[in-house]
Amino acid sequence: MEQISTTIIIIILALLIPNTISLTKAKLAGRRGVRIYQYFMDTIKLLRKGAVYSPTTTAIFKIAPSVYLGASIVAMLMIPVGVLHPMFAFNGDVIMFCYLMALGRAAIILAAMDTGSSFEGMGASREALYGALIEPALFLTIGTIALISGSTNFSDMFSLIKSDNINMVIVMLIIGYISIKIFTVEMGRIPIDDPKTHLELTMIHEVMVLDYCGIDLAFINIANWLKGASIAMIAANAMTTAFALNIWLTIAFTIFVAIAIGVVESIYARAKMARNTTYILTITAIAMLIFFVAFILLKDIKL
Amino acid sequence: MSWMRLKNSDNEVNIDEIPSIDYHEFYQNVVEMLAVENFHIADYFGYTTNNGLKLIAIILDDLNAEVLIASHLYHYYCEDSIISITAKCEALHPFERDITERYGIVFKDNPWNKPLRFLPNRFDKSLIIENYPFYQISGETLHEVNVGPIHAGIIEPGAFRFTCNGEKVLHLEVALGYQHRGVEEAMCSTNSSLRQNIIAESIAGDSAVSNAFAFTTIIEKLTINKNNISPQLNIQRVIAQELERVAMHIADTGALCGDIGYQLGQVACEALRTVTINTTQAWCGNRFGKNLIRPWGSNFPLNREIVSEIKNNMSDVLRRYDEVRQNIKNTPSVIARFEACGTVDRNIALHIGAVGVCAKASGVMRDIRKTHPYAEYKNIDHKPIVKTYGDVMSRLTIRCREVIQSIEYVLDLIAKVKFDDTITPPIYNTKLKPNTLAFSFVEGWRGEIAHTAITDENGSICCYKVKDPSIHNWLALSLAVRDEGISDFPICNKSFSLSYCGHDL
Repeated sequence: MEQISTTIIIIILALLIPNTISLTKAKLAGRRGVRIYQYFMDTIKLLRKGAVYSPTTTAIFKIAPSVYLGASIVAMLMIPVGVLHPMFAFNGDVIMFCYLMALGRAAIILAAMDTGSSFEGMGASREALYGALIEPALFLTIGTIALISGSTNFSDMFSLIKSDNINMVIVMLIIGYISIKIFTVEMGRIPIDDPKTHLELTMIHEVMVLDYCGIDLAFINIANWLKGASIAMIAANAMTTAFALNIWLTIAFTIFVAIAIGVVESIYARAKMARNTTYILTITAIAMLIFFVAFILLKDIKL
Repeated sequence: MSWMRLKNSDNEVNIDEIPSIDYHEFYQNVVEMLAVENFHIADYFGYTTNNGLKLIAIILDDLNAEVLIASHLYHYYCEDSIISITAKCEALHPFERDITERYGIVFKDNPWNKPLRFLPNRFDKSLIIENYPFYQISGETLHEVNVGPIHAGIIEPGAFRFTCNGEKVLHLEVALGYQHRGVEEAMCSTNSSLRQNIIAESIAGDSAVSNAFAFTTIIEKLTINKNNISPQLNIQRVIAQELERVAMHIADTGALCGDIGYQLGQVACEALRTVTINTTQAWCGNRFGKNLIRPWGSNFPLNREIVSEIKNNMSDVLRRYDEVRQNIKNTPSVIARFEACGTVDRNIALHIGAVGVCAKASGVMRDIRKTHPYAEYKNIDHKPIVKTYGDVMSRLTIRCREVIQSIEYVLDLIAKVKFDDTITPPIYNTKLKPNTLAFSFVEGWRGEIAHTAITDENGSICCYKVKDPSIHNWLALSLAVRDEGISDFPICNKSFSLSYCGHDL
């Protein structure tokens, strides 16, 4: 029962996060915005449709959405919500989580290359670069949590952290902050990418799925949202451990992150493509720094 | 030099009075003149006569406010190819390409003589737009990206072929012609100036007022029994043109913000543009100012009600747009995108004969309102806004400041409007002088629009030439994106905001 409710919460959040972001942006732009279940309805509509394939594509193109969706679902099943335990957990599942992310990404990159479109090739090259740069940050962040808690499975990791040590509280807050940054990069939000753009030359995530439609597109969207929800939930868990691990607090924090992203996207412009690498490397650098800080604090090394 | 010197507001000239000089002298004169900064080519076209093809060049002297015209007669059975001026002055490339395309005259040494717009009645029909051989660079690390002719956004068709090294653009070639509708031929195929006026309004939908303004000026110059144009009519035409400028500059500001994902600027500008074009709609029933400019009169003389609406709306837009402008200027993430991006050097702008916003952003003051004033602009002390960097930010800043300036002109001009009913309804069936050439230059929001008409012995227009500022400025875009990231192309393109249909006619 507990495991099922964890899964349901994450699925609902997965739909709620993109919806909240676009609703926030719409409100700030003076528009009415979408209905709260609009993304759900759109997905249902896409799922009912068939798929059209370009004759230049091969089997890779057809398999990729399923691989991506499968990887995202399995990854999502390992993420706890506050004190609620996830569907399954084992020692070292944090590593599996990172590589499931990479697997999904690799599938979509290959599928994009498979179309032979010059736009999708550019998108794949950008995604590969940014993916490679953000991966160390993800590993270091999760590694730091593992280091502090002494556990390598998501299920126990957060509940083992005690919030009585002020140093660790600060470390966890920064971990939460880095996780939100990872979320913006992985989800292709401003300043890295602008999901609203229609310009094939500037897109990253959107350009790679230009050739998909119908049920395949629905798979990719669902996989994307689940992936986003998983990372947002890691951020929320990390943040809330600093105070008290609580289900409602984590959910509220996830929604808060979505609103914050909506606000940022309304008042900031997207960065120049060439600046993105610097931005991502900065995230990795902070992650690295906080890892060593946590290490020094834990070992009580006097400098 | 035996060139004919006129003013923009001068009346028509008899076609036989235009000096005809031999090509060597013609070539020398053009090259000499265009080497000097204050001269630029306004139009250069062929016109068929009984003896041969007459090449007519119109050059503008910005310093002395003069229009220089000369022609060269190219005999039909002349076998020699003539030397290309483009090889010396890049600014002539679209015109020479057009002449080659239409009449098959080969210009010797022309560096890249591709058809300008793939006309259906082109001389060499073996050249097809679908398999046009783009300029290619070979190399293992290079790749080509083709964008268009159908685009993702709601814009017009045009193909862009990039040669890239990774994310960096080495070369961009633009292929246009998909929008060709035969405007110039259509203008000659009717004697009704109402019909011609409506065609002129459709040359470029976003410059309806400017093109109609240029057209009516031509008709008014060509008419035999000239009526008086009341100063009030001139004032109202200029108000209409400035309203168009305000609307389009605001739209471009919004679109630029949209392309970088700056939502705040985008939505604010979209709202302001709507207010502006709705003002035009309240005036004449069309948001783009169609129906508004007609020869010899107007169907929509300003009345007190409309004047007060323009005044209220424009004051409101002025205040709100100024706020948006300050926001753009003070948002670091926006400035980081726009600055030092898509730079056009002053030298390049001069070489390619850039006009309008593009020229002004690169420090070249080309503004017909100032240098060759027409209509009410003669009474306005217009101070063109010029920036020096030539990047996207400069072009945006010029737009922003021109909006403020234009609204101020509008507010000044509506104070001068008198309501004592001095504006007559338009006259469409005037008789035109035979064998006459008339030109008119107006400053549209993109830059100078040049219309030229020649009448035959019966007094009907037999040659009508339209030059949109985009003809000059498309090359500036190609050069601006060199060495830029390919992902910055959309904002570069938007910052020039060139017309596809104005180019393709």
